Amino acid sequence: MTMNRQGRPTGVPEAATGGDTAAGPATFTGHKALERDEGLIFEIGSPAVTGVDLEDPGDFETALGGFERTEPMGLTGLSEPHVVRHYTRLSQKNYGIDTGLFPLGSCTMKHNPRLNEKIARLPGFADIHPMQPERTVQGALEVIDTLADWLCKLTNMAAIAMSPKAGAHGELCGMMAIRAALEHRGEQRRTVLVPESAHGTNPATAVFCGFQVKTLASTEDGRVDVAALKAQLGPDVAAIMLTNPNTCGLFEKDIQEIAAAVHEAGGYFYCDGANFNALIGKVRPGDLGIDAMHFNLHKTCSTPHGGGGPGSGPTVLSEALAPFAPVPWVEKAVGGGLRLKATVRDGNTAFGRMTAFHGQMGMFTRALAYLMSHGRDGLRLVAEDAVLNANYVAAGLDKAMTRTYKARPMHEVLFDDRFLKGTGVDTLGFAKALIDEGFHPMTMYFPLVASGAMLIEPTETESRRSLDEFVFAMTKLAEAAKAGETERFDQAPRFAPLKRLDETAAARKPVLRYEPPAPYAQAAE
Amino acid sequence: MTEIYFSKDHEWIKVDGDEGTVGITTHAQEQLGDVVFVELPEVDAEFAKGDEVAVVESVKAASEIYAPVSGTIIAVNEVLGEEPGKVNASPEDDGWFFKIKINDKGDLSDLMGEDAYKDLTSD
Amino acid sequence: MRYLPHTQEDRREMLAALGVDHVDALFEDVPANALNADIDLPDHQSEMQVERAMARLAAKNVDAGSVPFFCGAGAYRHHVPATVDYVIQRGEFLTAYTPYQPEISQGTLQYLFEFQTQVATLLGTEVANASMWDGSTATAEAVLMARRITRRKKAVMAGGLHGHYADVVGTVTRFTDDAVTYLEPEPADPDAETQAIIDQIDDETSCVVVQSPNMFGHLLDLKRIAEAAHAKKALLIAVVTEVVSLGAITPPGDQGADIVVAEGQSLGNGLNFGGPYLGLFGTRQKYVRQMPGRVAGEARDADGRRGFVLTLSTREQHIRREKATSNICTNSGLCALAFTTHLSLLGEVGLRKLAMLNHRKAVELRDLLAGVPGVEVLNETFFNEFTLRLRRDAAYIVEALVERDVLGGVPVSRLLTKRDDVDELLLVAVTETVTRDDMETLARELREALA
Repeated sequence: MTMNRQGRPTGVPEAATGGDTAAGPATFTGHKALERDEGLIFEIGSPAVTGVDLEDPGDFETALGGFERTEPMGLTGLSEPHVVRHYTRLSQKNYGIDTGLFPLGSCTMKHNPRLNEKIARLPGFADIHPMQPERTVQGALEVIDTLADWLCKLTNMAAIAMSPKAGAHGELCGMMAIRAALEHRGEQRRTVLVPESAHGTNPATAVFCGFQVKTLASTEDGRVDVAALKAQLGPDVAAIMLTNPNTCGLFEKDIQEIAAAVHEAGGYFYCDGANFNALIGKVRPGDLGIDAMHFNLHKTCSTPHGGGGPGSGPTVLSEALAPFAPVPWVEKAVGGGLRLKATVRDGNTAFGRMTAFHGQMGMFTRALAYLMSHGRDGLRLVAEDAVLNANYVAAGLDKAMTRTYKARPMHEVLFDDRFLKGTGVDTLGFAKALIDEGFHPMTMYFPLVASGAMLIEPTETESRRSLDEFVFAMTKLAEAAKAGETERFDQAPRFAPLKRLDETAAARKPVLRYEPPAPYAQAAE
Repeated sequence: MTEIYFSKDHEWIKVDGDEGTVGITTHAQEQLGDVVFVELPEVDAEFAKGDEVAVVESVKAASEIYAPVSGTIIAVNEVLGEEPGKVNASPEDDGWFFKIKINDKGDLSDLMGEDAYKDLTSD
Repeated sequence: MRYLPHTQEDRREMLAALGVDHVDALFEDVPANALNADIDLPDHQSEMQVERAMARLAAKNVDAGSVPFFCGAGAYRHHVPATVDYVIQRGEFLTAYTPYQPEISQGTLQYLFEFQTQVATLLGTEVANASMWDGSTATAEAVLMARRITRRKKAVMAGGLHGHYADVVGTVTRFTDDAVTYLEPEPADPDAETQAIIDQIDDETSCVVVQSPNMFGHLLDLKRIAEAAHAKKALLIAVVTEVVSLGAITPPGDQGADIVVAEGQSLGNGLNFGGPYLGLFGTRQKYVRQMPGRVAGEARDADGRRGFVLTLSTREQHIRREKATSNICTNSGLCALAFTTHLSLLGEVGLRKLAMLNHRKAVELRDLLAGVPGVEVLNETFFNEFTLRLRRDAAYIVEALVERDVLGGVPVSRLLTKRDDVDELLLVAVTETVTRDDMETLARELREALA
């Protein structure tokens, strides 16, 4: 035989086995294999570089009236290959739904179908101008009209304002419609009742509309205290703002009685639609007696969260509030087709205009594709699976953790920190340890009614296998906390791109933009 | 001779003649956590008892400071602008917020003494 | 249903594990009369069916790229490099949540920090936030912020402010006790507009809101207005609806504006029929704690490594509740990413070139259209958009141009919907995407339509 001794070794050298991976010398570069330490564009780019080829404008007589920007700006550019690299590297430091389960209560982090992305990018949707003549955008108006129809039917409501840019904007829309309706009735009602468990936007929005907020008491089982509510109703009550299912994940089972009592007292019922995922296709809020509700299309209808927006907050309105909806809206044109109603003149009662154009069209196309994909039958399954998954997780965690309320949860379940009592571990440490186990933390310290709250919403797009894995991780962490393994929590996360960040120092001396190092500092190096 | 009073909003006021020095209590700063910013009133501004005078922000929360008495601001603790952490380190001394000229010392009557405040916060 | 992982068997087993035999048992708290209502909607459809139906709707629209295109008025068609869409479609960006957990959100936080730096640099302000919903809502937020700072109620809207922006400010302040004054538009006379603004500033004035280039395309002397405002301790809020202009024009911050808001759609973001867009918001360092919206700030981790966090969050509604600086929760994260990616590609060299290219083409078109009978160009100064006074109703002419396969601009009557004296005014915008051929087509067709 001939001996070839030039192959490479394929085994694992003995020195590489065992041992603590975190120990050993740090890398020279600061990188950790696939995880790169990436500088800011201002550090890695140059003012002289551009990654775009543009025609030279040449010399010509300008019409800028002496306002030419002559000073250097200080913007840096990167070549195209380095732009791709920079953002790819940054992306690798992010957790997304595409990475894994996202148990954030009240946030509905469900799968974002790629079909929706494809559709939103069709030139017929992405490349049309908001002020094009109406007959050149009939398809776009039809999208708005069709989505509006779906959302009204899913809620059994009379009308909808499509323009709000996000959930909080939708809330503002609903509450302004209420204020306008009261004004139209010639009434000066100023009180808005909000439960203490409400999302913080509710009181913020009410105050923004000139209302005063009074807090509604809850019962021991985590729901609105109907008797206490009735005692608070009176001629000054403009509205009640409720989330249903509420932020503790419980259905307000007396909701029809609450609605009737509020209406009886002359007030309106605003429902925060953040948790509509528990009900879609299964329960119509209009059948519960509400007057207004915003959607979060980025929650219920799977449009991407995008690291904090853009959202979209269409708001359904009852017959009583419909005349006060803001412009613009889509209506049937005389002689066929659709038109945009965009003016508040002609003595109509629209309360105004909420945004420059027509709302988040890019989210409408995605949401409509989502709704059509599921259909009536699939949407009902969405609600059922969302509730099933939350109940399954709740049952799985009941042994290891403490649930705040005994009642059956809907699409999310609330735990508190009683199971951590005496362990030296708090909710924050517990959540950060979950990062090390490969999960995004649950919603923490909200709602305020539970001590060290942990609000878990798995959503319907998780498989049983991923739910089991999550329950396993949570259970093991709870056992570790009780066993006194505090180092697992105190230093968590240990395996994330960064360890815990000093937010106190960051808030005391806020550094909100990059400043180039001073020349003398460079000289000193 | 200085006397110290406490409000149910966890503020203290040290009274010397018709001048009062106001800050937040040790208990309050413990509840707030690390203070990151203090917004102080302008000197010469006038406030009625119960008005919002200042804001204290921690990483966890932003809270209003109410005037414990009616009066006119005569000094503010500028140091807090640079070192808000003083509110945590020395809440009842170096971490004072402002000095106020008291219009009517009758305003002090519904404030608490040190023992009553301790009782309030001991639960 | 393709997005739902459970099989019927999974569901049965999971229900059994919960000790119930039907899923409706999980909805036991819902009133029986409201459960399982019959909803008049179609059943689920396959990916192919949905795609076909949506593509049919898309085909009913005339997309801007298919015809000579001259619409602007706060939304501009620029070329977006392919890299931008690749970046924003990376799942780790697309499907991330708001970066409240900084250890696993450094990607989002770092680009927001870079974005803030770029925005502040562009606007000429000391600081900028991590974006808002769009230019119009950012303008309304700026008016509320000026009120908090000055504790005055009177806000003055310049006559050249985009009509829809003024409407949004009016709507947001409808139920507050702010006193908003709207000045008359001066389509042909920016000096008259400037003087009218200055004349309105008094000791009660919180802010003046001035757009430059204004709705009609004119450039205004913001420095003069800033000085007049500051003399009365009022604030100047400058509005920019075409952010590419800042590659060619001295930024409002350098001219003395206290708050600068802009529509950032032009960089990285498509027309999308009006949204999602991107509000830019910059101000002075001393006002940072009154600034609405989210901000990313530099921080150190436990090992002393540089990172970024959301900071100053105590101003936000989830903590301050009814005392919040605004009720806004979301920013426009992904649109901000598109913006910052595009601007990183352009760099200073590219942005200046892009801006001057836009301006050169606008100058070229102005020269062409000035020779069309029945057309009067109202602008001496402009960036990439100017106003024509036509011999006939502008909305009618725009319709006539559609017949000739040209999207010829935006009639001012669509922006100032309450006025009857602007019917002959047409806004015409030009960007780098417009060719010489397109311009000649517009001039020719306009000549015929007006004949």
